[in-house]
Amino acid sequence: MSAPLLTVEHLSMRFGGLVAVGDLSFTAPSRAITAVIGPNGAGKTTVFNCLTGFYRPSVGRLTLAHAGQTHFLERMEGFDIARKARVARTFQNIRLFPNMTALENLIVAQHDTLMRASLWSIGGLFGLAGYRQAERQAVDRARHWLDQAELLEFADVEAGALPYGAQRKLEIARALCTQPVLLCLDEPAAGLNPRESADLNRLLLAIRDAEGIGILLIEHDMSVVMGISDHIVVLDYGQKIAEGPPAAIRADASVIRAYLGEPEDSA
Amino acid sequence: MAYFLQQLVNGVALGAIYGLIAIGYTMVYGIIGMINFAHGEIFMIGAFLSLIALLLIAALGISNVPLALALTLLFAMAFAALYGWTVERLAYRPLRGSQRLAPLISAIGMSIVLQNTVQLLQGARVKPLQPVITGGLVLMEGDGFVVRLSYLQIIIMLLTLALMIGFTWLIHNTTLGRAQRATEQDMTMAALVGIDVDRTISATFVMGAALAAVAGLMVTLYYGVVDFYIGFHAGVKAFTAAVLGGIGSLPGAMLGGLLIGLIEAFWSGYFTIEYKDVAAFAILILVLIFRPTGLLGRPEIEKV
Repeated sequence: MSAPLLTVEHLSMRFGGLVAVGDLSFTAPSRAITAVIGPNGAGKTTVFNCLTGFYRPSVGRLTLAHAGQTHFLERMEGFDIARKARVARTFQNIRLFPNMTALENLIVAQHDTLMRASLWSIGGLFGLAGYRQAERQAVDRARHWLDQAELLEFADVEAGALPYGAQRKLEIARALCTQPVLLCLDEPAAGLNPRESADLNRLLLAIRDAEGIGILLIEHDMSVVMGISDHIVVLDYGQKIAEGPPAAIRADASVIRAYLGEPEDSA
Repeated sequence: MAYFLQQLVNGVALGAIYGLIAIGYTMVYGIIGMINFAHGEIFMIGAFLSLIALLLIAALGISNVPLALALTLLFAMAFAALYGWTVERLAYRPLRGSQRLAPLISAIGMSIVLQNTVQLLQGARVKPLQPVITGGLVLMEGDGFVVRLSYLQIIIMLLTLALMIGFTWLIHNTTLGRAQRATEQDMTMAALVGIDVDRTISATFVMGAALAAVAGLMVTLYYGVVDFYIGFHAGVKAFTAAVLGGIGSLPGAMLGGLLIGLIEAFWSGYFTIEYKDVAAFAILILVLIFRPTGLLGRPEIEKV
């Protein structure tokens, strides 16, 4: 395994007296899918919220290292995490821009590049050559991901009107249009039927292999988690209880205990 | 018939001015969900800036009317935009993320501050201006009544139309416009895809203020008088127009403005002029009873 892309060290998040995440450390490399699993309320989404600037961690260091640069995510504003550190995320409850078309959703995700190329929109008004080129590239990138997610036919449909499974994939496509190095997916398979979640597995593996980015995955659907993860971190009550490759996690006694409870005769 | 036509012409010109101010209310409401009560004062400041610019240009000896108007427009739009930006930076941005009522109260405070500042600096008396653009076309003569369409009314209508088309295009086709629509739909998500939300909101205030300044220039030329209190009245009317058309909707603001202008013109033409405001607000109430989201407004979608 190469040097880690993301290093989480001693992350704690407290809300008043409640410890949502306590002293959590793990790493996630690029070109790999790292799954974070655990029962409901284990603190998985809290970890994502700390990574993407929604919460400021009570304690801990979140280091993202790529292309010779190091970013300390716990100190950065949300939009800087997106454009400087290049961390993208999706949500459990889908958060697309519902009144924009699928294509527009993907183009708006390339806002920073386009804004620079258009000299804060002023150059764009006069049809600057550099801006026209940047816009073409943005549309091409958007079309590429629409194609990968098998959504090309929906390009000009308002995002809010898309079928549920398509919205899930569009959200992932939008995250990819920000050209992230780390992609955080919060339950991408929730509400998908088995065929759709098999599609999703293929898409995620393709992203990992083609883009060489790191994927951090929260998921309850074990067919997804066990099928595509390279590494699994298990949380329970905000603590890490196990970590390892899928086969080891499947056999881990403490994980089974967390999900299924204590066997009665051992008490 | 001739009389009707004249009221129609007057109503459209007045409505265009209301529409321009209403856009500022509707854009700000769309993006941060607050009523910018200081917007009427920005319009008033735009009117004063126009007056100052026109007098300055006259003092400099520029007698070419189109050039003088273009310079005045630029001057008023630039400085009003600066006011708009400053108001947002000082009074609203520090309160972002607080409860809904706080920026509203801050806006009312800002409105009073701006009004009193102008009153102190410029005096409370009404400031007159010599007519700059005179003359017009005679559309129709009949029943001993002459229907006139003044050149100024033509300028008001054409300029408003051009600005409306320009801004609609801007919102739908530029990078900034896309960022504004994204911020309007989901502010947190917009930040997560790399949009600088604060800067986008500032740009919205700047655009709204520049349009209000255009309306300020038009009113200065149309009525030939300016005082520190015109912002309140025009602000309430334009706000009504924005709500009538469906707050948050750009074409709605324009439609609402036109309707309010027409209602006022026809009411003052056929009934008593004192009750023209009553007529405008009564129509607003009626529309809101049957269409709570306004004429072109989209029903609010509950965000989860």
